[in-house]
Amino acid sequence: MPSFSGQGLGCFRGGRLVFENLAFALQPGNALVLRGPNGSGKSTLLRLMAGLIQPLEGQIKWSDSDAGITDDPDLHYGRTHYVGHADAVKPVLTVTENVTFWARLRSPQSDVAGAIDKLGIAPLADIPGQFLSAGQKRRVNLARILAVPANLWLLDEPATALDVDAIAALCDAIAEHRAAGGMVVASTHQNLALTDHAVLHLSDYITEDPALV
Amino acid sequence: MSSFIAILSRDLNLAYRQGMDSVMVVMFFVIAVVLFPFGVGPEANILARIAAGVIWVAALLASMLSLERLFDADYEDGSLEILILQPITLEIAVAAKVTAHWLTTGLPLIIAAPVLAILLNLPADGFAVLISALALGTPSLSLIGAIGAALILGARRGGVLLSLLVLPLYIPVLIFGVSAVDAGLGGFPFKSHLLALGGLLLATLALCPWVSASALKQALRS
Repeated sequence: MPSFSGQGLGCFRGGRLVFENLAFALQPGNALVLRGPNGSGKSTLLRLMAGLIQPLEGQIKWSDSDAGITDDPDLHYGRTHYVGHADAVKPVLTVTENVTFWARLRSPQSDVAGAIDKLGIAPLADIPGQFLSAGQKRRVNLARILAVPANLWLLDEPATALDVDAIAALCDAIAEHRAAGGMVVASTHQNLALTDHAVLHLSDYITEDPALV
Repeated sequence: MSSFIAILSRDLNLAYRQGMDSVMVVMFFVIAVVLFPFGVGPEANILARIAAGVIWVAALLASMLSLERLFDADYEDGSLEILILQPITLEIAVAAKVTAHWLTTGLPLIIAAPVLAILLNLPADGFAVLISALALGTPSLSLIGAIGAALILGARRGGVLLSLLVLPLYIPVLIFGVSAVDAGLGGFPFKSHLLALGGLLLATLALCPWVSASALKQALRS
């Protein structure tokens, strides 16, 4: 069974060591919630996990293979969905077109209509992106990851701008994803109603050594 | 290949619905060329002599005008970050975006060029060579420009920086483009100039998507 783990991770960004000696491990069906004050490195850690940036030290691995995730980036990108701060919704494309574009890049078979429906934006399917509110754009971005399955979801503040119904839909989607053996890492300040999830407090890994700061 | 088509059709769709980009590039091209008769006077022989050079320089500048938006729009709204995180070859994605850029800016320039050639009194012998030279040269401009467009991501005053980076690299295309037309007008064989342009196109095609893709990765990983 696939697992996702990191050992001894340190990351240097913007002239400072954001965290060091950080470790995590996920098994199929697990969820990990990242917590910590602003600037503690939650987004940086998610970008490391996505393979977008390289750690200063340590390694992130898929299952027990010796290779790190950045050794074969395309393989890792194919099993990972990343949701960042920006929603990547094109203003002149409709909701369906926006989601379909991203789904087609991953797989010829996708369930765009089902994904849009799950997030409650089916009535907006033919509305161009420029008329959507911030919360609706976030729902479009989340529909993108529901349309094509991937093993690992990396969600950076997924509940931002979402209303109560949308958060409930997101939690349902996460539960369904985990029930199918998927893994989730999410950073959040709000309380997502996830069952038996692990919590990683990034404030525990902030370096105290002034020589390294 | 399916990712190439998906990105190409999205970008063409975006360009078609936003509309103004192609129109502005062609309008700039036309206005820049039309300024020359006012500047150098309406002497028909002088205009005929400089026509090829004027059309080529204006085409270079017009093509550069729209380059800034090639990756910038995707960079700003987060699409580029997600695009890099897809299991597709980024070089193919870049090639698709450059193809869309050429179809929406280079191709309209080629269509507008004969009208401007008439305006500048270019002799009829030069038309076919001018069109062939532009058809071989403008894709190279889009490809070279893609490197500059990727390098300026996140920079302030990116447009000015882009012109400083890209315009010197356009010089070989300009030299062979203009000399092909001049050779054609003088009754000399122009095939070698067109072959040189074709060679430049093949070289940029083989090189630029890779350079541009690695510049994009740098921009997003910093």
